[in-house]
Amino acid sequence: MSRRHLPVAVTTAVFLAGFLFCSLQFENFASTRVVMNLLTDNAFLGILAVGMTFVIISGGIDLSVGSVIGFTTIFLALAIGSWGMPPLIAFVLVLAICAAFGATMGALIHHLEMPPFIVTLAGMFLARGAAFLMSTESIPIDAELYSQIASFSVRLPGGGRLRIIAMIMLATFLVGGLLLHFTRFGTNVYALGGSRSATTLMGVRTGPTTIAVYMLSSLLAGLSGIVFSFYTGAGYSLAAVGVELDTIAAVVIGGTLLTGGAGTIFGTFVGLLIMGLIQTYITFDGTLSSWWAKIATGMLLFAFIAFQQMMSGLSGRLPGRLVARTPK
Amino acid sequence: MTMKALFCATALAAVLAAPALAADLTVGFSQIGSESGWRAAETSVTKIEAEKRGIDLKIADAQQKQENQLKAVRSFIAQGVDAIFIAPVVATGWDNVLEEAKDAEIPVILLDRTIDTADDSLYLTAVTSDTVHEGRVAGEWLAKTVGDKDCSIVELQGTVGSSPAINRKKGFDEAIASHANLKIIRTQTGDFTRTKGKEVMESFIKAENGGKNICALYAHNDDMAVGAIQAIKEAGLKPGTDILVVSIDAVPDIFKAIADGEANATVELTPNMAGPAFDALIAFRDAGTKPPKWIQTESKLYTAADDPAGEYEARKNLGY
Repeated sequence: MSRRHLPVAVTTAVFLAGFLFCSLQFENFASTRVVMNLLTDNAFLGILAVGMTFVIISGGIDLSVGSVIGFTTIFLALAIGSWGMPPLIAFVLVLAICAAFGATMGALIHHLEMPPFIVTLAGMFLARGAAFLMSTESIPIDAELYSQIASFSVRLPGGGRLRIIAMIMLATFLVGGLLLHFTRFGTNVYALGGSRSATTLMGVRTGPTTIAVYMLSSLLAGLSGIVFSFYTGAGYSLAAVGVELDTIAAVVIGGTLLTGGAGTIFGTFVGLLIMGLIQTYITFDGTLSSWWAKIATGMLLFAFIAFQQMMSGLSGRLPGRLVARTPK
Repeated sequence: MTMKALFCATALAAVLAAPALAADLTVGFSQIGSESGWRAAETSVTKIEAEKRGIDLKIADAQQKQENQLKAVRSFIAQGVDAIFIAPVVATGWDNVLEEAKDAEIPVILLDRTIDTADDSLYLTAVTSDTVHEGRVAGEWLAKTVGDKDCSIVELQGTVGSSPAINRKKGFDEAIASHANLKIIRTQTGDFTRTKGKEVMESFIKAENGGKNICALYAHNDDMAVGAIQAIKEAGLKPGTDILVVSIDAVPDIFKAIADGEANATVELTPNMAGPAFDALIAFRDAGTKPPKWIQTESKLYTAADDPAGEYEARKNLGY
């Protein structure tokens, strides 16, 4: 096994061991219901995590994604409910707005050479503020076509249901994986995170790549917002507060280097499942405070970062390292 | 011989039936969070009520987020619990997950708040308080206590636009409408908080001749009343005597005030929503009795005659 795949292998092993542990402890745990719930309940987070994987590999961060979800859900609720817009047109429109929003952040980061942290922090306040301006209440969405899409699911043996939002998430992971690992754009994203100046010298145009990365992240945040509105059947400006941090945690637990340059889409998927697994365990137990989920995630995150640090320290001393990093 | 056999059979049936009533029942409870003292008390009372009945209770705290509640409910379904209680954080967006519960034949009971849904077969029943009735009980108490005397009332409202504030005002207004001698002379919001309650009461006292024109205070919750009592004392008046104080919620601190004679009455918003819910659930499971769609909790009035010191002791450890 190559050194590059070690973090993903460790993450996967942790997940499998965790699932086995839970299955031994609780009856009914190893069921299609639990597995499908993991996919359904983390669908919106998963879609965000795909975008965040690109951003973090490129050496950046996107703090605006949770707010973009809030904006998207409230926009959809008003567009479909109050302005009478057909759902499909509303979806296209909101995705276009989100993509433009992300592209603008990307352009600011590239042209003004501002830290992504600050630009996307501003974006976070902007999107959340815009959501609150539109409405502060939770508005139910009840268009015919909309509810039909939202409640579509495939029943599996054992009572589990593969819901439409889980399908959208799986498709996003698939497309994201192809884009990151098998295209020129994906290679550029890795190069950008490895070393910006070296990337420029190599002839990769960093500007379009940076803009595309943030555009992709916001576009996926918009898609995630659509999925979130399917999930709750309503638009709410306070939806998904703080979710950007959960997303970053899932990506890092999935083996992506927070400093950029290394990571995989598959790892992110497993990272997402681990976080979902922790929550499921706590609900199954029923006596633990749900805040333990945060504590467990925090400890796991810490362990993974320490592990990565150790790995990159090791690879730095060895010849033929596969993880490209600039000395800081 | 037959008598003996009959007796044995009955005894055996009793032995078998009694623990089977509840002991093997597992209930999942998706709680909103612990944003207020009342909410924390609701959680502790639910635990106590479950223990009393030998029910295995699983609690999931949603930290104020609906997505966490949806996750918890789905986990409960996957786990195969016998019933699910939900204190919904928002009214919308429950149809899909409740359909899954219905499919799995797990009854759902709503606590404290209701939901918006076109299909009310998705839940068994909702146990909530009637906030209009709470206001009415407070108004009726005041009308009875004052009798035929003229009485100018000041009112501390809850958060503007919130449903308890609207309903508690409505109920109180209804109750005093038929009494021409009772009149609300000033009303303003105190935001359900102690500090705002005190501030607003201070301005009422200033505006009404140092408080001499005020005969009674009606506060939409106990916290505001406790703040107002402080303001009344600082103005040199005796709360509970010079100005009657009636409020709603029945939190421990107001019982202390009642015991000290500084407040006169409170209407309980009981944190025990789970007790009636457990009873309805057990009746439904064992006898198939369908409960009504809405179970209203009692809005009990407490005054100095109801052992306020004892009530304070009983409540102070519930987490208020």
